[in-house]
Amino acid sequence: MKFLGYRRANGTVGTRNHMLVFPTVICAAATAEMISRAVAGTVVVTHPHGCGHMGVETEHVVRSMSGFCANPNVAGVLLVGLGCELITPRTIAERLDGYRQRYEIVNIQEEGGTTATVEKGRLLVEKLLKEAAKVNREPVDISELIVGTNCGGSDTFSGLTANPALGNACDRLVAEGGTAILSETPEMIGAEQVLAGRAASESVKKRIYEITSATEAMAFKAGVDIRGSEPSPGNIEGGLTTLEEKSLGAVLKGGTTTIKEVVDFAVKPAEKGLVIMDGPAHDAVCNTGMIAGGAQVIVFTTGRGTPMGAPIAPVIKVATNSRIYQHMRDNMDINAGNILEGTETIESIGERIFQEIVEVASGKATRAEMLGHHEFAIHSLGLSV
Amino acid sequence: MVLEALVLHPKDNVATAVRLLEKGKRISFKDRGNDTDVLLLQIIPFGHKFALTDIEPGEKIIKYGEVIGQATKSIEKGEHVHVHNVEGLRGRGDRQ
Repeated sequence: MKFLGYRRANGTVGTRNHMLVFPTVICAAATAEMISRAVAGTVVVTHPHGCGHMGVETEHVVRSMSGFCANPNVAGVLLVGLGCELITPRTIAERLDGYRQRYEIVNIQEEGGTTATVEKGRLLVEKLLKEAAKVNREPVDISELIVGTNCGGSDTFSGLTANPALGNACDRLVAEGGTAILSETPEMIGAEQVLAGRAASESVKKRIYEITSATEAMAFKAGVDIRGSEPSPGNIEGGLTTLEEKSLGAVLKGGTTTIKEVVDFAVKPAEKGLVIMDGPAHDAVCNTGMIAGGAQVIVFTTGRGTPMGAPIAPVIKVATNSRIYQHMRDNMDINAGNILEGTETIESIGERIFQEIVEVASGKATRAEMLGHHEFAIHSLGLSV
Repeated sequence: MVLEALVLHPKDNVATAVRLLEKGKRISFKDRGNDTDVLLLQIIPFGHKFALTDIEPGEKIIKYGEVIGQATKSIEKGEHVHVHNVEGLRGRGDRQ
């Protein structure tokens, strides 16, 4: 099966042809926004990171930033720095060289202030845009796709409708040779036995228990009942009673195939098929990690309703119930609530989600894209000074 | 037929309301292949759970055929099952 994608010089395939303006430190964030505003057809990301990190947190942030900038949906990136920060454009550029990603660099202290940086940045971005315009969509095999899965603003129907339907779509993608990522480690706690039973090897099984134990240990260290954070107050209002209940519904979105690999946050899977990425359940962080790990499309299920999108990857929103689908109609792409009314089945919605993935990968805009949603977040590991 | 509630696994001792269900309503379901029913003792909000059997304090709550927590007090058949009478067993940093 084929979709229409952008073949990159490094062999990867994008579903979008974005020109990204990326500040490597918060001190350059507003300047990056000004550059993006000055040139039509660019996207900008802002974040509070880039300085004050230590140890493994530095590596975590560098890996997240560079993986994100190297995503095949990005045709080229302008890295905007200040000059005295920990994570400079040069730090990220060294990683991008490894990915063979196209980039340019501009630094505020070097250029001599905001105005000069915006002017230089504008010229560099225009040059990159001209190069990007030469790339056209071409038919490529669907096995090139990495689809990230996410569920946010969950209710009890997430586990009954949208998540098993998304799981069905993931099974179809995997059968076609593609890759699906299941993340949100906190929402595997209480469902480890289900996942471990499908592990490709003893080492994958061991990793599944390791990542959930490490996440549960955070609640132990904090000395609190995880309930209230997981499930959240909105989840509880929606009928989810415990974390175990939420997890058992959440893991259904990965489907039923063998779990080939467990990767760290923002790491690109080496295997094809269903892969677990260790990471938080925070919606924007989860999306960012999967995109940094190479996901070109995200499918996101929601019962309480969320407008969440991503700056460089299309996010397909699947409603778990018809009420939220109608109530937040402008944010929703697919309604899995029909399963409750008996007019659709998990399989028929699974097929619809799969078809939508192919169409969106080929250029169809999602609701989140039309509305301009571009949420981005990297979590702190608590090692900032 | 309009679906009122879902039982996901034969082992489950709770069902999920697919619409707001009124107190005093009788809900039919299959218990190990046999038709049976439960009289709702309370209003069950959209998406919330009710007990299919009497549940003792400390007894495990089963949904998807898996343990989702345990009862903190006795729960009658037909009663609303939620955070007021069920606790999670995982992520209990308050118990460490």
